[in-house]
Amino acid sequence: MNMQTQSRQTAAEAALLDSYNAQIGELPGNGAVISARDRLVDDLKNNGLPTRRVEAWHYTDLKTLLRNIPASGPAASVRNPAPLVEGAALIKTQQGEVDGNVSVEGIVVGSYADMLREGTAAPGLSVIDKDDTIGRINGSFVRDGYVLEFPAGAEISQPIEIQALHGAGQAHTRFPVSFGAGAKATVIERHIQTTDGQAFVSSVSDISLEDGAEVTWIVVQEQGADDTHLAQVRVRVGDNAKLRLFVINAGGKLVRQELRIDVAGEGADLQLRGVNLLGGDTHTDVTLVLGHNVPNTTSTEIFRNVVFDRARGVFQGMIKVALDAQKTDARMACNTLLMSDDAEFAAKPELEIFADDVQCGHGATVADIDDNHLYYLMARGIPRSKARAMLVNAFVAEIVEELEDEALVEALEAIISNWLEKHA
Amino acid sequence: MLEIRNLHARIAEDGTEIIRGLNLTVKAGEVAAIMGPNGSGKSTLSYILSGREDYEVTEGEILYNGENILELDPAERAAKGIFLAFQYPVEIPGVATMQFLKVAMNEQRKARGEAELSTPDFIRKVKEAAAELKINPDMLKRPLNVGFSGGEKKRAEILQMALLEPKLCVLDETDSGLDIDALKIVADGVNALKSPDRAVIVITHYQRLLDYIVPDTVHVLYKGQIIRTGDKELALELEANGYADIIGQAA
Repeated sequence: MNMQTQSRQTAAEAALLDSYNAQIGELPGNGAVISARDRLVDDLKNNGLPTRRVEAWHYTDLKTLLRNIPASGPAASVRNPAPLVEGAALIKTQQGEVDGNVSVEGIVVGSYADMLREGTAAPGLSVIDKDDTIGRINGSFVRDGYVLEFPAGAEISQPIEIQALHGAGQAHTRFPVSFGAGAKATVIERHIQTTDGQAFVSSVSDISLEDGAEVTWIVVQEQGADDTHLAQVRVRVGDNAKLRLFVINAGGKLVRQELRIDVAGEGADLQLRGVNLLGGDTHTDVTLVLGHNVPNTTSTEIFRNVVFDRARGVFQGMIKVALDAQKTDARMACNTLLMSDDAEFAAKPELEIFADDVQCGHGATVADIDDNHLYYLMARGIPRSKARAMLVNAFVAEIVEELEDEALVEALEAIISNWLEKHA
Repeated sequence: MLEIRNLHARIAEDGTEIIRGLNLTVKAGEVAAIMGPNGSGKSTLSYILSGREDYEVTEGEILYNGENILELDPAERAAKGIFLAFQYPVEIPGVATMQFLKVAMNEQRKARGEAELSTPDFIRKVKEAAAELKINPDMLKRPLNVGFSGGEKKRAEILQMALLEPKLCVLDETDSGLDIDALKIVADGVNALKSPDRAVIVITHYQRLLDYIVPDTVHVLYKGQIIRTGDKELALELEANGYADIIGQAA
């Protein structure tokens, strides 16, 4: 007799499978890719979406939270956002597909759809672990994206901005990006909804830094108020490479941004910063799994969260230090401002340390605005609401300013103050 | 300009009564010194004047130009011209000093129905005032009060006062933590603001500051009441004999 271990299929689960079946023969990919996709969809069918009983999804019960999936539709873009930083090289996807022929001086730009058709993408259509639902969904449905190769030694002073644009419907993109030895570059990855209506978006950025590469990678998520955004940044940081990774969430209805980082080369350094601006009736989850896997590596992780209305935020931060990763220095902090009585934030920092000579620390704070600060500003004639907005801004601006690049700092501060004007 | 009548106030959180029937009148153009031993309620009085919400007024009134201000919040009082130079100015990371100054000046102007300052006018005013107070321009590039030394914080308070041009200036132990040179600079800053339509209340422990900011009246605060009022000679007497005699006489 078979034991019934799986709960009933939800509307969203059924819609996902239907959506896949409806796109058979249409999704790009050779035989190997099709088999890989089929395996991922089978996993999805057999396991369903994760529930709170799955540790990695405990605070984001996807099975309950994901109510439905809009049908996949054609591109319907009505807006062309300007690049965040003036003079950036702009490369766009519309509704999950690359936008014509693109070239950027100094780097090799390819299309992920070509990799799917040729089959070179097949090995990548796999999950990191059994709880990798985002990898599973994205691998099943991904149509396109950019493949960027920064040659060894390339110093690209012009920022590269990837705009993943979409309207209502579905968009699934993947961006394999490699930075050769000693390459230096700044890449901005933006997710923007350009029309109204509900969207279901998944995106995987698969980034590798070879020896001595120095990269600033900025993820800006400004999805629409009804959108589901499931995203993953996979990173491998090689010997003496430096990655500055900055993530800002300022949109979406149901968001899970995973950061899966492998600090894999000696002397490597990761500076991870995140800002989560949460409001309305939304749910946003940032989940970090960071492995320090070799000796002599360093990292700092700082997240600043501001939660208004009935919004719910989650930060799961796992730092794993491997047995031989001696002299690891890793520091993580997650600071949250709760701006309403109904706002919620769950912070779950975790350290898993097998080496015995390391410096690791984590801290989490949750607070309201400091009354002494508010009083000081008001005592100088700044009205309460304005003073509060200044303090919220200050709380997040502090880590934006660390970026040093003035144009970038200004652009991100503008995103933050625009968001605060609408929500605070 | 300021008339405090039978003021009683307590700490909102635990109900401890700090001000117990305080009466004080300060006229326009006057410099009034408030002195008193530790714990007599000097700082509390300054907080209550500025509208800090941690204190609860249970009785009495504070009239400012004839208007009872007890219902006004700190921002409204500031816009009406009340300024408190803090004993311990707070550090606010992430708020740029220049941005703070500009917002404060313009919000006060807005509240009074005046036009906002243009950026060049604003910068010119700040530069002039900062030079008077020998404030290093680099200090203004830092976040508000962050990493300022004790003396720099006090000077920054006086800079704000000079820029906001209040009508009633309350200085809460502005002399504490200042060396003699800084004390002179700060006192010069305050003296430069003296005018017939402006009053200054100087709260201090020591005669030293009053050598530079000469008071018209001196009031001794003890256990939440003014127990003695006199002229500047009273401050000298306190310096020589301490508070014991006066407290003894009042008891």
